[in-house]
Amino acid sequence: MEIFALFDCIISPACLLSQATGGLKIGMLLFLVASGLTLVFGVLGVINFAHGALYMLGAYFSWQVMTLTGHFGLSVILGSLGVGIFGLLFERTLISRIYNAELLVQILLCYSVVLILDDLVMIIWGDEFLSSVGVPEVFQVPPLFIFDAIIPPFHLAIIGMSFIVGIILWFIMTKTRFGRLVRAAAVNPKMLEALGININFIRAGVFMLGSFLAGLGGALAASVGSVVSGMGNSIIIESFIVTVIGGMGSISGAFLASLIIGMARSFGAVAMPLFTDGLMFLIMVLVLVIRPQGLMGNKKK
Amino acid sequence: MKKLNKYSRRDILKTSASTASVFALSTGFPTILKAENNIKIGVPTILSGRVAQLGISVSNALNMAVDNFNKSGGLDGRNIELIIRDSRAKPDEAARVCRNFINSDKVDAIINAEASGASFAVQEVIRESGTLCLHTVSETTSLTADPSIRTWNAFRFSRQGIHDAVGSAEYAAKLVKEKGLKKWMSIGPDYAYGRDSTKTFFDMLQKFAPGVEIVGQGWPKLFQPDYTEVITQIVREKPDAIYSCLWGGDLVSFVNQAILYDTFKNSELFAINLADYTTMSAIKNLPKGLHSATRYVAAWPNTQDNRDYDKAYTDLYGDHPTNWSWETSIAIDYLINALKETGSTDNKKLAEALKGKTRKSFMGVGEGNSVTIRNNDQTLVDYSIGWGTTIPNDPFVKDIQSVDWNTIKELEKEWLINKGWL
Repeated sequence: MEIFALFDCIISPACLLSQATGGLKIGMLLFLVASGLTLVFGVLGVINFAHGALYMLGAYFSWQVMTLTGHFGLSVILGSLGVGIFGLLFERTLISRIYNAELLVQILLCYSVVLILDDLVMIIWGDEFLSSVGVPEVFQVPPLFIFDAIIPPFHLAIIGMSFIVGIILWFIMTKTRFGRLVRAAAVNPKMLEALGININFIRAGVFMLGSFLAGLGGALAASVGSVVSGMGNSIIIESFIVTVIGGMGSISGAFLASLIIGMARSFGAVAMPLFTDGLMFLIMVLVLVIRPQGLMGNKKK
Repeated sequence: MKKLNKYSRRDILKTSASTASVFALSTGFPTILKAENNIKIGVPTILSGRVAQLGISVSNALNMAVDNFNKSGGLDGRNIELIIRDSRAKPDEAARVCRNFINSDKVDAIINAEASGASFAVQEVIRESGTLCLHTVSETTSLTADPSIRTWNAFRFSRQGIHDAVGSAEYAAKLVKEKGLKKWMSIGPDYAYGRDSTKTFFDMLQKFAPGVEIVGQGWPKLFQPDYTEVITQIVREKPDAIYSCLWGGDLVSFVNQAILYDTFKNSELFAINLADYTTMSAIKNLPKGLHSATRYVAAWPNTQDNRDYDKAYTDLYGDHPTNWSWETSIAIDYLINALKETGSTDNKKLAEALKGKTRKSFMGVGEGNSVTIRNNDQTLVDYSIGWGTTIPNDPFVKDIQSVDWNTIKELEKEWLINKGWL
């Protein structure tokens, strides 16, 4: 462990800013995906193992739109919306049948969908990885130098966009009628039904929103990463870690945990470059031991 | 009892049997016989998941050669029948597929197109069964260099880690001297190949250019989507050069993300696996001046034979060959030649025919553009290894320098002695 390197980094504005921005970018992208996962679990009680596959679909849809239109913004929006619609169909046709099923059945169904989608994208888009969607022209500029820290403008855009999405999500969940219904559905769906609320509509809406967020994460990740079948497999593990650390079902917990993981990865690369992955799991283990319900989770859950 | 028909049941049965026999003899039966008589080659490979391109480009290379062989009459009328099956990149599955080839399909030989982990599993299966095996993908040196792993019936037709390490280090050392690239970092996938390749490269580089300093190493896990933490590490350390053995989509993602930090303005990238068409064409605005070994490009070796191979493959499949394609093409060429030479599928005879054999090849840089299967460790040598710098468009690599095989062999020997393998 290079503790002195970490100390040197923290007292150097260039290193501190560079690592902090890197950590923010990692964390915010992770938040987009993990918030969808935790939302679906919190309201529907479904551990959606296919969430990573939806992230992958977002990347493929975005790549396709980019290829057809050459417009980055459109590719991100349509890519994510496409996954949202796919999520709606997925929920109506399959997920809605297993709300009361055992956990094993839920996992098996979701895992089957992962395998099907992984193969399906190869049939449609080919077996080889696709090039990244690319960074919009406006961001194809030299990086910014702030206190000697090198910061790519595109990373600032990703961080900003994710923050905005986070705020919109917070607004929807806390300030709108839909959000109140969603929270009520998470606590007592039967009571909601008794009050004449269409619970299926709520469930489908939540799953669609969760899928949209996964798709958005995938579409943004595809801007600088290659697009390939199975790409959701690694992000799903990190998303589950975030969900466990933040508290199952808690969006604010997912936000906090994503930031912790992002910073741990970024500053961990300075202090213990050979243990950055391990560090992530270590944090999860510590949280599970000290606060099993997660940082912002509800103990009852 | 009165007969209802003038033909008895026995007559009908007799007639049916005769008709069936005649029909079978004239059509189906010889076909079955013919199929039974085929020379069967089992090919365990990866046809699904993120590395499916491996199995597909291997299959393409095999089909191209086998179709030609069968069309030209085969071996005294016996055709080669390829049985290609997916192992899903899992060692235990590769071993199971291989056992099935041997026990159920009764194959005459195995062409093993598996990645390293699974290749070791296949090696143990064929050691036990004594089936002839031609490895065409694994680059891990120990597969054929370590005497405890080596076996009489296994031959390696793929490039080898130690050869690439010497070649890469020799090329890098020249630039260390020319440009003063003293501070180095590395980024490699966190599994056996990544660790092995990076260590061997730096061992060799220290030999060619003593005084080179390694200031940091990044080990992202395989298929990691985000490389930010490693890139910020590079930005912080400001190395003169970076060695990377990342490959495929991972390398594409790393380069695309590093460009955002202007990483390659101050640090020269030596990416051993970059110069493959699929990888280079997937990088957005491939930067000029990145260093790479020539995995497979039509421009190297700069011969008509190589260009012809590229054209034949591209015409058939609409895509350029990969590194795995040329390795497999050479393997099947050797096997077909051994079959013709011995006129038999006897594995011992075929192994003898392969051993020490030199053949002209589009990838050969030995005497008369030849490659050789070395006698002592049954591995391919004298294949083309070049290093050059990237340009954004076709042919993607320029200023390619050939790596001297005498140096490779000399340092390989020294390395093997140090390892206790020679």
